[in-house]
Amino acid sequence: MTVPKEMPEKWARAGAPPSWSQKKPSWGTEEERRARANDREYNEKFQYASNCIKTSKYNILTFLPVNLFEQFQEVANTYFLFLLILQLIPQISSLSWFTTIVPLVLVLTITAVKDATDDYFRHKSDNQVNNRQSQVLINGILQQEQWMNVCVGDIIKLENNQFVAADLLLLSSSEPHGLCYIETAELDGETNMKVRQAIPVTSELGDISKLAKFDGEVICEPPNNKLDKFSGTLYWKENKFPLSNQNMLLRGCVLRNTEWCFGLVIFAGPDTKLMQNSGRTKFKRTSIDRLMNTLVLWIFGFLVCMGVILAIGNAIWEHEVGTRFQVYLPWDEAVDSAFFSGFLSFWSYIIILNTVVPISLYVRPKACSQDPCRWSISSPPCSPSLTSCPLCSVEVIRLGHSYFINWDKKMFCMKKRTPAEARTTTLNEELGQVEYIFSDKTGTLTQNIMVFNKCSINGRSYGDVFDVLGHKAELGERPEPVDFSFNPLADKKFLFWDPSLLEAVKMGDPPTHEFFRLLSLCHTVMSEEKDEGELYYKAQSPDEGALVTAARNFGFVFRSRTPKTITVHELGTAITYQLLAILDFNNIRKRMSVIVRNPEGKIRLYCKGADTILLDRLHHSTQELLNSTTDHLNEYAGEGLRTLVLAYKDLDEEYYEEWARRRLQASLAQDSREDRLASIYEEVESDMMKPLYFQLLGATAIEDKLQQGVPETIALLTLANIKIWVLTGDKQETAVNIGYSCKMLTDDMTEVFIVTGHTVLEVREELRKAREKMVDSSRTVGNGFTYQGKLSTSKLTSVLEAVAGEYALIINGHSLAHALEADMELEFLETACACKAVICCRVTPLQKAQVVELVKKYKKAVTLAIGDGANDVSMIKTAHIGVGISGQEGIQAVLASDYSFSQFKFLQRLLLVHGRWSYLRMCKFLCYFFYKNFAFTMVHFWFGFFCGFSAQTVYDQYFITLYNIVYTSLPVLAMGVFDQDVPEQRSMEYPKLYEPGQLNLLFNKREFFICIAQGIYTSVLMFFIPYGVFAEATRHDGTQLADYQSFAVTVATSLVIVVSVQIGLDTGYWTAINHFFIWGSLAVYFAILFAMHSNGLFDMFPNQFRFVGNAQNTLAQPTVWLTIMLTTAVCIMPVVAFRFLRLSLKPDLSDTVRYTQLVRKKQKAQHRCMRRVGRTGSRRSGYAFSHQEGFGELIMSGKNMRLSSLALSSFTTRSSSSWIESLRRKKSDSASSPGGGGADKPLKG
Amino acid sequence: MAMNYNAKDEVDGGPPCAPGGAAKTRRPDNTAFKQQRLPAWQPILTAGTVLPTFFIIGLIFIPIGIGIFVTSNNIREIEGNVFMYYGLSNFYQNHRRYVKSRDDSQLNGDPSALLNPSKECEPYRRSEDKPIAPCGAIANSMFNDTLELFLVTNESDLTLTPITLKKKGIAWWTDKNVKFRNPPGAGSLEEKFKDTTKPVNWHQPVYKLDTDEDNNGFINEDFIVWMRTAALPTFRKLYRLIERRSDLHPTLPAGQYYLNITYNYPVHSFDGRKRMILSTISWMGGKNPFLGIAYITIGSISFLLGVVLLVINHKYRNSSNTADITI
Repeated sequence: MTVPKEMPEKWARAGAPPSWSQKKPSWGTEEERRARANDREYNEKFQYASNCIKTSKYNILTFLPVNLFEQFQEVANTYFLFLLILQLIPQISSLSWFTTIVPLVLVLTITAVKDATDDYFRHKSDNQVNNRQSQVLINGILQQEQWMNVCVGDIIKLENNQFVAADLLLLSSSEPHGLCYIETAELDGETNMKVRQAIPVTSELGDISKLAKFDGEVICEPPNNKLDKFSGTLYWKENKFPLSNQNMLLRGCVLRNTEWCFGLVIFAGPDTKLMQNSGRTKFKRTSIDRLMNTLVLWIFGFLVCMGVILAIGNAIWEHEVGTRFQVYLPWDEAVDSAFFSGFLSFWSYIIILNTVVPISLYVRPKACSQDPCRWSISSPPCSPSLTSCPLCSVEVIRLGHSYFINWDKKMFCMKKRTPAEARTTTLNEELGQVEYIFSDKTGTLTQNIMVFNKCSINGRSYGDVFDVLGHKAELGERPEPVDFSFNPLADKKFLFWDPSLLEAVKMGDPPTHEFFRLLSLCHTVMSEEKDEGELYYKAQSPDEGALVTAARNFGFVFRSRTPKTITVHELGTAITYQLLAILDFNNIRKRMSVIVRNPEGKIRLYCKGADTILLDRLHHSTQELLNSTTDHLNEYAGEGLRTLVLAYKDLDEEYYEEWARRRLQASLAQDSREDRLASIYEEVESDMMKPLYFQLLGATAIEDKLQQGVPETIALLTLANIKIWVLTGDKQETAVNIGYSCKMLTDDMTEVFIVTGHTVLEVREELRKAREKMVDSSRTVGNGFTYQGKLSTSKLTSVLEAVAGEYALIINGHSLAHALEADMELEFLETACACKAVICCRVTPLQKAQVVELVKKYKKAVTLAIGDGANDVSMIKTAHIGVGISGQEGIQAVLASDYSFSQFKFLQRLLLVHGRWSYLRMCKFLCYFFYKNFAFTMVHFWFGFFCGFSAQTVYDQYFITLYNIVYTSLPVLAMGVFDQDVPEQRSMEYPKLYEPGQLNLLFNKREFFICIAQGIYTSVLMFFIPYGVFAEATRHDGTQLADYQSFAVTVATSLVIVVSVQIGLDTGYWTAINHFFIWGSLAVYFAILFAMHSNGLFDMFPNQFRFVGNAQNTLAQPTVWLTIMLTTAVCIMPVVAFRFLRLSLKPDLSDTVRYTQLVRKKQKAQHRCMRRVGRTGSRRSGYAFSHQEGFGELIMSGKNMRLSSLALSSFTTRSSSSWIESLRRKKSDSASSPGGGGADKPLKG
Repeated sequence: MAMNYNAKDEVDGGPPCAPGGAAKTRRPDNTAFKQQRLPAWQPILTAGTVLPTFFIIGLIFIPIGIGIFVTSNNIREIEGNVFMYYGLSNFYQNHRRYVKSRDDSQLNGDPSALLNPSKECEPYRRSEDKPIAPCGAIANSMFNDTLELFLVTNESDLTLTPITLKKKGIAWWTDKNVKFRNPPGAGSLEEKFKDTTKPVNWHQPVYKLDTDEDNNGFINEDFIVWMRTAALPTFRKLYRLIERRSDLHPTLPAGQYYLNITYNYPVHSFDGRKRMILSTISWMGGKNPFLGIAYITIGSISFLLGVVLLVINHKYRNSSNTADITI
């Protein structure tokens, strides 16, 4: 770029930016960005990236070279290329070139076609995006331009519901104060709207003429990927104005509820934060993949060893025998010494023995590029291309398993019509090894639907349904729900079963009326009435919505509000209350109140809040009422309901006036405003004023609806030895409540530790105490363990692993931040792992990921994270397996996930059925895979000792080419895809069947060596039995039998038969497909054998089909068949004997289950002992609102009311600035203190 | 980007229970295949199947083994056709370079390959500027000792009656009729091979291997037998056939025989050994003690294994399979 020659004078005064004279030398090292509005000429000098986006990789010309270059970066492809080159050297070539080139070309072609298709779609999607229209201000007029033609420094106009075309500095908008609402779902996945605001000086640039004259220059940070940060300065009219993220509209956002806005393009195209973030995703590999990589290296080492042994053998042989045998077999011209011959034979052997190396199973750790269709930050985990393997068996099997997951009708949600989806096809077997599940709460365990379930009014509980005999009716036998047809404004979706409550309302019971009046007044819900009578409530938290809706249906309809009034239809008559004050909710107060004046002029304070807080403040004159309400609260809590206590208090005029005056004063105070306000609120909400009691009205119970089958799923997974941790952004009370209702926590647990410390020391102390308690109790239980006083950490761990009793740990976000620090994380982990249940509440998305990372790091266990929201994305990406709940509001979690389905309960099926089978199948497949390749290849090794180590193959070259691809691939593939040891119902009945996967029992290094040993054993017999027979034998017509070709056919045939019998033994579930493949493979072998040895082919290519007539000549010999039979018997007998012995002496659970099934023993015993938790007295009340504080103020200011409500316009202008100020301050506060923000709000860090 | 939004619309946008095509297709089919409920046979290794298998293997293998063994031992009685073999040891006919050193096109009578043999034949491809026919190391090293067998009818004066040794019928039919062919065209064999030269080690060209037109050139059976390379360094190849003339007399009656060997073939340099074997054959070929013994051994082991497993199973079965499933 070129440096501007002269510095504008006005800047010198306004304070020119310091790095002014520094140049921006070239692309990529941009140090700062300058963009001047409406000055394309100036901005062009910097050569900023245009707004054209290119995700495609190739064009027609570059495709072939670039694609081939990329493909040969795959280890497997390079390896094969290397082998191919070796084979072209005549002195080395021990196989003909086509044995390698055919699979290689096949793979390269398939990959190239796939890449080309992908790239075609990338081109298409690029074009579509680049050609979107946007309105650009050029030369003072708005012109339609394509997105790709938008430049840095342009001013563009956006309209409602449009995508933001580039990263913009918001200049002005249709809303007052330059406010503008955006939805950032594509960026961070949050679906709630966010506010952005133009800086005051530009917010007045509302019309085009003013904007056209705007010539401010922005100097800001270079492009980066930080979504929540922006720092820059606007230099305009000799002033400078600081810019922050609050002024920015980022590409990918959607403008909402804003008619139009203008923005100045700062970053375009690839420089936008969205594109900067759409980077590479971490590549997930399964533990079997990792093991495989080790094994591949080992086998490679083994291959080299064999090569060296045979090469040495060759050198010695050539020296001792070969030199003298030169009469009949002279050395090649190039070979002048035995040593050199040995060297060449090393490479020759590498070629023919390379089939032991399952290079196709080697997965190179790599980053894969972004899928063009998913640009959001939460891009999906990428899967390795199918191409990395020539035979692809592993990938095909995994793909098959993924399809089974997609097809599973039992994981299809009828209600949401969403099937389960395996979005990553490469992790299936790891689903069978999960040890830790990290679950989000809201939307995952719960439906995030609040239902007004019960209430207690004036000492009487409503909500339970009794049948004629006076017993509580169960859900199934409920009568019709209460009919609300009397109320035209009722919400049709609201259901309530206890008719007595409606009767009480109709009877005009004063406390009941007051109860619902409170519910209709004391909240921060906004209403919207599109058509007459069609009310829509916009609630900050679903709890509030549920309460207001309940009041609505019982005849107290909250209709509308203004900053100063609330209009309620009370049983048909509209009453407007004057809203005097909203005493807003916050975390410490755990309650909210409103002060209203009714039409009669009486002032009353209505309050709802957590029982723990509110019950203490109530007047004790009504002790009886208090007691019965408390009983009801306990009862509700025992059912896992969220409770709230409602109370009211009359205020007299003078007191209120005086109080209001003091409140105003406090709110104007400069210092410790919050504290002052708090104490003033405290005063009015207490029972100080004697004549006017703070009186209890009743309590509500809201059901936080669990997803279907959650407790059962958790119980089952726990029985399968999977530990479930709940990580939630919710409050402690809510989280604990859910813990109880989904039976993670039970009242017969020995102890529930709650860690809430705010400092490092407190947290450490709390954790230490928890551990000590656990150790203590296990000591008292006995076990002969003596407590040694001071225990070292390691000792403690061992003790903790054997802890007796059931414990649970609950830790909140503040404490977790400390517990996750480097010096404490081990302590935390030990404590947590010793507990049956762990609940982390108030955690940030980052902390979720940290917890997962911690377990991953130290426990060497497979982790699974499940969640539904954007706040779970980090956790989902961190865990070995990420599961997204689909069909919910956002799709960010699903996009980031490896598997998605719509109900938490499907997790049990995913793990216990699909995961278990996948693991089993994959292990069986791998074992067999290694076995068959070793049995096949090692024969060459033994033969080497009898052919002068000359790298002569035992088999026909076609057999070598086809053995892995045709003769043996399909049966094992069928086993890998379809095998089942026990039917699906059994794996649910006996969750313990899941354990072998967790303990990695089915395929590990030991199993690997057993397979290898079996393969080598087979290869020995495969060579030496025919050797023994052929050494002397002749055919039945007297001609020679022991010719090379007959020997090759005999060994090959017995090999195919032996491995077929072996796969028959391994296959536990013979479907028609297995039959077809196994018998088919044998048939195909013989068919191809006879075809290859036929006269016709020989006549055409005599030099390629030298085995003419061999099949019929050899296989007509009884001796050959006797040999094959003998070999098969000797190879298979020990395997059968060994397996039978293991089965009868040490059967594992799946064997037993199978056996039991076989003998059809009716197993009546139900082994799932689900503990039923009765109602207990532990009261768990939570102020269930998950909303943020500050909304009371927002309502009172009227700021969030649309300008169309004209009546408020004067009010708006008057108090607006203060509201914005305070909202801003709160925002910055919450951002600076971790955990202090909204529950589900991702915090930076 | 656009596709992403579309995807989102699909998830979020539509009514939750929208009936109709798009929604219906998302529902997985309820087929046995997709739901993994295919009917299947689930074999288990139970005592009821495994033990009988072992006993049956034993019961089958032992008689077979005995049968083979007996047959094989009977072979020494010289009855029926007698086969005369030459054996070589320490001769690496299975060496990689040796095995490939031939041109099957040439041997199949391809005129172009006759004059331009394959590179595989090096260094026995051309000699004296003429292509070698048959080319390659295999052909070049063809066994060329001559064996003659005489019956000593009178021991005192050593009256020798030559035994008729049949040259034909010692090669595979397919080799003789499909794989090996003389170059096509009219004229004598000599003319067909006129542009070629003999292999270096040979004493005479390929068209002089025999006088019989049907056993000369590439289709000479001695040559064909040699060209079928052996699998192991010690091997025997059929040399001649001694046909039984009548059912009344043994083919080779008891008595003294005289073997006349014309040495042409040096094996001493690489410690090779030559042998001459006379043998009859049975239904399963020549004498083969290994197979019989192996069958008897494996049969016995199988039987024994069956017994051992039976005992073990009987002793421990109560504690395992019949036990309740414990978790």
